[in-house]
Amino acid sequence: MKKILAMLMALLMVLSMAACGGNEAPEAEAPAVDAPEGATVLKIGGVGPLTGGAAIYGNAAKHGAEIAVEEINALGGEFVFDLRYEDDAHDAEKSVNAYNTLKDWGMQIFLGSVTSTPGVATSVEANADNMFYLTPSASSTDVLGGVENPLTGTVDIARKANIFQMCFVDPNQGSASAQYIYEKHLGEKVAIIYKNDDVYSTGIYNSFVAKAEELGLNIVSTTTFTTDSQNDFSVQIADAKDKGADLIFLPMYYDAASLILTQADAIGYDPTFFGVDGMDGILTVEGFDTTLAEGVILLTPFNADAEDEATKSFVSKYQEAYGEVPNQFAADAYDCVYAIYEALQGSGVASDASYSDLCDLLVAKFTGSDFVFNGLTGEDMTWDATGAVSKAPKGMVIENGAYVGMD
Amino acid sequence: MLTFLNHLINGISLGSVYAIIALGYTMVYGIAKMLNFAHGDVIMVGAYVCFFAVSSFGLPPVLGVLLAMLVCTILGMTIERLAYKPLRQAPSLAVLITAIGVSYFLQNSAQLLWGSNQKMFPAFLSGDGISLFRGQINISTVTVVTIIACVIIMLVLTFFTNKTKMGKAMRACSEDKGAAQLMGINVNSTISMTFAIGSALAAIAGVLLCSAYPTLIPTTGSMPGIKAFTAAVFGGIGSIPGAMLGGILLGIIEIFAKAYISTQVSDAIVFAVLIIVLLVKPSGLLGKPIREKV
Repeated sequence: MKKILAMLMALLMVLSMAACGGNEAPEAEAPAVDAPEGATVLKIGGVGPLTGGAAIYGNAAKHGAEIAVEEINALGGEFVFDLRYEDDAHDAEKSVNAYNTLKDWGMQIFLGSVTSTPGVATSVEANADNMFYLTPSASSTDVLGGVENPLTGTVDIARKANIFQMCFVDPNQGSASAQYIYEKHLGEKVAIIYKNDDVYSTGIYNSFVAKAEELGLNIVSTTTFTTDSQNDFSVQIADAKDKGADLIFLPMYYDAASLILTQADAIGYDPTFFGVDGMDGILTVEGFDTTLAEGVILLTPFNADAEDEATKSFVSKYQEAYGEVPNQFAADAYDCVYAIYEALQGSGVASDASYSDLCDLLVAKFTGSDFVFNGLTGEDMTWDATGAVSKAPKGMVIENGAYVGMD
Repeated sequence: MLTFLNHLINGISLGSVYAIIALGYTMVYGIAKMLNFAHGDVIMVGAYVCFFAVSSFGLPPVLGVLLAMLVCTILGMTIERLAYKPLRQAPSLAVLITAIGVSYFLQNSAQLLWGSNQKMFPAFLSGDGISLFRGQINISTVTVVTIIACVIIMLVLTFFTNKTKMGKAMRACSEDKGAAQLMGINVNSTISMTFAIGSALAAIAGVLLCSAYPTLIPTTGSMPGIKAFTAAVFGGIGSIPGAMLGGILLGIIEIFAKAYISTQVSDAIVFAVLIIVLLVKPSGLLGKPIREKV
């Protein structure tokens, strides 16, 4: 009797699941955007932390991409994009589930993961599927693969040929920072504080140290912290101060950096602080005393205060829609959508093109020598087979609560 | 020597924050015999309430703290009523899982309500603090206030649980709920009261935590909450002076491990010390060994 009941239950469950699938199919096929007659509608998906501790990055990227899609759809041109973002809460496992959800939805082009740790996981999946992958901000080399580990000299992860980045790859930021500090004589004795449980921070740290050794920069203090000890920096700051560091390199996001600035100020220690693109956003922290950030130098691809038309229009649209100043994540995602849009021009793809065909087409286009993209985060951007973008980082210094270009 | 003293003071300052959170943990555990993992998130709510009261509505800080205490007290009692009370007879594992659920619920609600953007807590406890050795060593006002608050709360709680009628009822409930009920003690309202006190303490802890380390995000309370829980176990969970001792020792060990051994492995050292203490003294530094009646 029990067996029959169990079988009945199993049958019921299978039926109900089939019913669910049946219900979803027509919904998925209905076009979600108003497309003009004859336009090609392509489904673009993205994954990022829309909730949880890193939600600020995921939401910024989502909003930036939404603005780009709205603008492109309003043009009424050949292509219309249907954008959908899924949440991964900055978790590798959830990001793969989110990627699969998007595939079930019928995604044809993937904007990748917003953050690096999930990005490493989704890039493997997208590579296996041959789904085109252009991430706005997952900057770890492990996302692209094929990059030598500067410490061991081996390639740990093979190059995933269809994965591209809009942001600087981490080592570029590290070595560019060391180069910048060296060339501009910004510091004689350098201290580094980095987050050793984070691929972004350690990636930049490793390449910074490699470059600094090559150039002969004097690194006097190296200390670390983790997510769990991201409150108290008294020891790290005291170490830098005792060893007489006149510049502290902070390869980290601005949440930790703002605490370091506050705590260094509390003990009356005022070296030059040098950040990377994760420092972007420090001025928008609600309640933060921006005078503490005076003189902070950072390398960033995007400046919300820039005077060019494209940036001004993007910033004002973003502020109107979401009530805040966009950061570089939003600008990177905006650029991603436009780069894909430009790459698709003249390709004549149809709405029902398979993602694999689109991927081959876009990879060929992106790595082609004639593809040059101008966006908010840089001019004359190009990509090669490594997947890393080539653009110049801009050195910015914070003066009177605003970024000022150093060059 | 000066560096050593500086590290010691930094350790005490970090430890005093752990201690004040640990007091709330230990209070609830001592009476209700449950680990309220949502405690860290009540702290976060308290900090947010105070943040908005002071920076958005321009209330004086004292009113902000009182408002945060009021909101947290109501929140704590609501959580107890809705999430924990129905599980009074359930195995303790079920309550533990529920507490973790409440913790996530609070974090995600905070994110929906207030956004995930980081906020800087206003520095209304600034000021010069105490300066020693011609300014070479500085004890910040926040540290002084936190330590004083810790000692006062510890003394008041000890007095309250030992001397008052309500406190006696709490101790009775903690020893044997069934027998306490037979003696005419209203167990439900006693446990509610425990949560109310624990949550009001959480509000104070939230304000002090964020005054010392001013970044405020929806997950602000979770890691200090876990460290403070460790501190409470270290000092002997259920023991009020133990929570304070455990918190301060944990802070000092953490800072010394960072300063004199390595910043890379400081957390590993902290927890290794915890393991050693628990191996030697399983009930914690000041915990009373529980005799099982046969």
